[in-house]
Amino acid sequence: MTTALELAEQVRNGSVSAAEVIDRHLAAIDESDGAVHAFLTVLHDDARRAASAIDDRIAARDDPGPLAGVPVAVKDNLCTRGVPTTCSSRILDGWCPPYDATVVERLRGAGAVVIGKTNLDEFAMGSSTENSAFGPTRNPYDADRVPGGSSGGSAAAVGAGLVPLALGSDTGGSIRQPAALCGVVGMKPTYGTVSRYGLIAFASSLDQVGPFSATVADAALLFDVIAGHDPLDSTSLDRPTPRSLENVGDGVTGLRVGLPVELVDGVAPEVAAQVRRAAEVLSAAGATVTECSIPELKYGLPAYYILAPAEASSNLSRYDGVRYGLRVDGEDVEAMMRATRAKGFGAEVKRRIMLGTYALSAGYYDAYYGQAQKVRTLIINAFTEAYRNADVLLGATTPTTAFALGAKVDDPMAMYLSDVCTVPSNLSGHPAISVPFGADGDGLPIGVQVLAPALCEPLIFQVATVLEAAAPVMSAPVLAAATWSGR
Amino acid sequence: MTAPSPAGSAPVGSWEPVIGLEVHCELRTETKLFCGCRNAFGDEPNTNVCPVCLGLPGSLPVLNVRAVEFAMRIGTALHCEIRPSLFHRKNYFYPDMPKDYQISQFDEPINANGWLELPDGSRVGVERAHMEEDTGKTTHVGGGGRIHDARHSLVDYNRAGVPLVEIVSRPDIRSATQARLYAAELRGILIATGASDGRMEEGSMRVDANVSVRQPADELGTRCEIKNLNSLRSLVRAIEYEIGRQVELLESGGTVMQQTRHWNEDEQKTGALRSKEEAFDYRYFPEPDLVRVAPDAGWQADVAAAVGDMPADRRAALVQLLGDEGTSEARTDQITTVVEHGLDVLMTAAVRGGVGAALALARTANETSAEPERARVLDPASYTALLRMEQDGTLSATQAKVVLSDLLENGGDPAELARNRGYEALAEDSLNQVMDELIADHPDEWGRYVGGDDKLAGFFTGLAMKATQGKANGKAVAAELRSRRG
Repeated sequence: MTTALELAEQVRNGSVSAAEVIDRHLAAIDESDGAVHAFLTVLHDDARRAASAIDDRIAARDDPGPLAGVPVAVKDNLCTRGVPTTCSSRILDGWCPPYDATVVERLRGAGAVVIGKTNLDEFAMGSSTENSAFGPTRNPYDADRVPGGSSGGSAAAVGAGLVPLALGSDTGGSIRQPAALCGVVGMKPTYGTVSRYGLIAFASSLDQVGPFSATVADAALLFDVIAGHDPLDSTSLDRPTPRSLENVGDGVTGLRVGLPVELVDGVAPEVAAQVRRAAEVLSAAGATVTECSIPELKYGLPAYYILAPAEASSNLSRYDGVRYGLRVDGEDVEAMMRATRAKGFGAEVKRRIMLGTYALSAGYYDAYYGQAQKVRTLIINAFTEAYRNADVLLGATTPTTAFALGAKVDDPMAMYLSDVCTVPSNLSGHPAISVPFGADGDGLPIGVQVLAPALCEPLIFQVATVLEAAAPVMSAPVLAAATWSGR
Repeated sequence: MTAPSPAGSAPVGSWEPVIGLEVHCELRTETKLFCGCRNAFGDEPNTNVCPVCLGLPGSLPVLNVRAVEFAMRIGTALHCEIRPSLFHRKNYFYPDMPKDYQISQFDEPINANGWLELPDGSRVGVERAHMEEDTGKTTHVGGGGRIHDARHSLVDYNRAGVPLVEIVSRPDIRSATQARLYAAELRGILIATGASDGRMEEGSMRVDANVSVRQPADELGTRCEIKNLNSLRSLVRAIEYEIGRQVELLESGGTVMQQTRHWNEDEQKTGALRSKEEAFDYRYFPEPDLVRVAPDAGWQADVAAAVGDMPADRRAALVQLLGDEGTSEARTDQITTVVEHGLDVLMTAAVRGGVGAALALARTANETSAEPERARVLDPASYTALLRMEQDGTLSATQAKVVLSDLLENGGDPAELARNRGYEALAEDSLNQVMDELIADHPDEWGRYVGGDDKLAGFFTGLAMKATQGKANGKAVAAELRSRRG
């Protein structure tokens, strides 16, 4: 596949028109997405109009920006003006936001073309994209397996080569886990570096928007575009916009890499083996790799499954049938709200609303929410301690490679365990990336994860670039689109 | 249970009422608490709305710094500690609350531990004065406007997200009268800070009362919270009613249930809204979309400097202005009225312009304060000129009051308003002529008056008024009578 960097360069220098780029990708989506089901909405007309506007600017010798003419898929929990934004939920039936999310605005401002909206687990709650009201997305490497989740549509769209770039959101691993399972790069930025304005909230203190791409450099390119202070998001950090792309090739000489046993030992042997191989790669490239232990990481998952549902129970209250989306009539307003929510939400969303409501209830708050907040502080402190002896940490992204569709839908606990390696970074707010690194015996992609202290995204991209260069070459996914061409 | 006695005559006996008030006031910011929409009363429904105050998916709140400043002004005026504070979410479902949670301050309010001194010198503790957002407004259509039998309901979200400060008193109040004094004094303070306009009739100041009774020195009794108190009058009546209800209940061997009660204005009684068991579990937790607000010392000092003189200071200033004339109880009430309505500036201007302090106080407290909104924007020079016309006898007291009401209604030049009313003072020679005729017509009475019978001054004044159809000025007639007696 032509990378986003290459595409933008070709469009900017006039060797190809944005219209051609977009047409080619629309054709690929039309042809291949039936099998993948990465997209919920494909914006044929909007994308063509946007492309033609970019070509007009090129003709007028204007620079449309670093993503000129590049098609980008956007997870369907990010608001797009006038375009249905569903969160893969029936409850938002018929709703079109009257505004663009800040990240979408930034994409457009950089010349990117929003080509469609991608599938997800309902309200980003899940690890397989099976909790979508509109049916699951397939793993490009095996149509009978899940793409991961919750940003499974975005991961699969990039994995199948339908688009070079996509946006996802990561609350407990929802970018990194599907990236690992689909053989693509996925990054969760430091909490506060990318605006959440227009990201439909799941768990506000954990949610962060981030990039999917086929290459590390493309992820850095997209991250640089979407990052930066937004006055519309009070939790957005007031810092200069990062320029991580410039340093992706700086290497790892002299870098201290920590290898926490908690992110290696508990995972499937084939995954653990790839993590150790990745460590050797870094070592060979001049880094010092040291094993370490962060025992507190094991408390991450339980704490997460208190905090995230607690926030979600409140964030999802507004879907009451009064103002927008689905309304199921009832005798009085309360009955209407009950009926609407009963019909509009899927089982997993209801489960989490109940968990969260319980955790915040009078008499239980201290034992659950209060305790989980303390654990969160412990985990932050544990990371801080670990970073005294390491510049970055290396580990697995997921405990296993892609599992079969339906394998875990009836076992929520097993499904929740998919996030065990990714959740700690959300609790600490630190950045982390998943880079494809080889495959298991079935040819299913494996991802390794690089974690770093807050605001160290450039460092993460540097390490990931070294790993990417040494990663075993993958064969084409079975559901590869015509636009797929490997790396 | 027998029906409680009518409000005002409740048998309190040996019972001691214990009252605490929760006052919500809307802040007079240009924009709402968390978005840039206009904060205005009375606009076309759902015109001052945006994704944030409609709680649309994906929208996020951004705190209005001006609202924080106003809240700090209120805290400063109420002698509160201003603290680093945090917003929480208060979760409950209600159609006029767009997010189905209210962003409010919970255990870390911006203002805490203050007090308010009433005009009678008593002090009421202020537990906290915290910030929160207002809800929208629901109108029930059909079925007499009640939710139960309404055909449908309409929601106006213009008010959703309007900044509020909730001022929670300690249970230091012991009577309905004291509660009224507290609410009135608080309203004066809110207006004086410039943070709120304190208009109960527009709902920009709303009062809830917590009422319980006990035998003195006993533990606090079980309380009921009364909602829907839209005026100081209903506040007094509702509290009196509720005290009576609780006392009768206890004296007849019953117990008071902890309840939220609703003041029914038509029936003049409180009715149960929900019991403690039915109370909402609000599931408060820290609002993750906002960051902590920690006003530094410099900011606090700037705010303190911006807070104007409080009613107590301003009453003291008026007492000083009146000198010996300002000490009687009636005067104290008048001074309280003038300050409560924010008219002390106007009155002081009149006195500085040469109007006697007693006259200025009487007119400002009794007549001008009837139209406080208009009076506050009155041109002090016109007001002074009018009171001087009364003082020097150009207008009678009755005439001056009529012209004052014209002035409040339309503004303008008092002399011209007086002319329009036909109050041109009778020219001196025509008054002379009238007096000549009256004395000629009543020689006996005149003789007795000249002989020292002062009561007849009134007789001649009355005749002069009648003869001139009220155009003669009483003071001018009196002066004429005195000078003719020699």
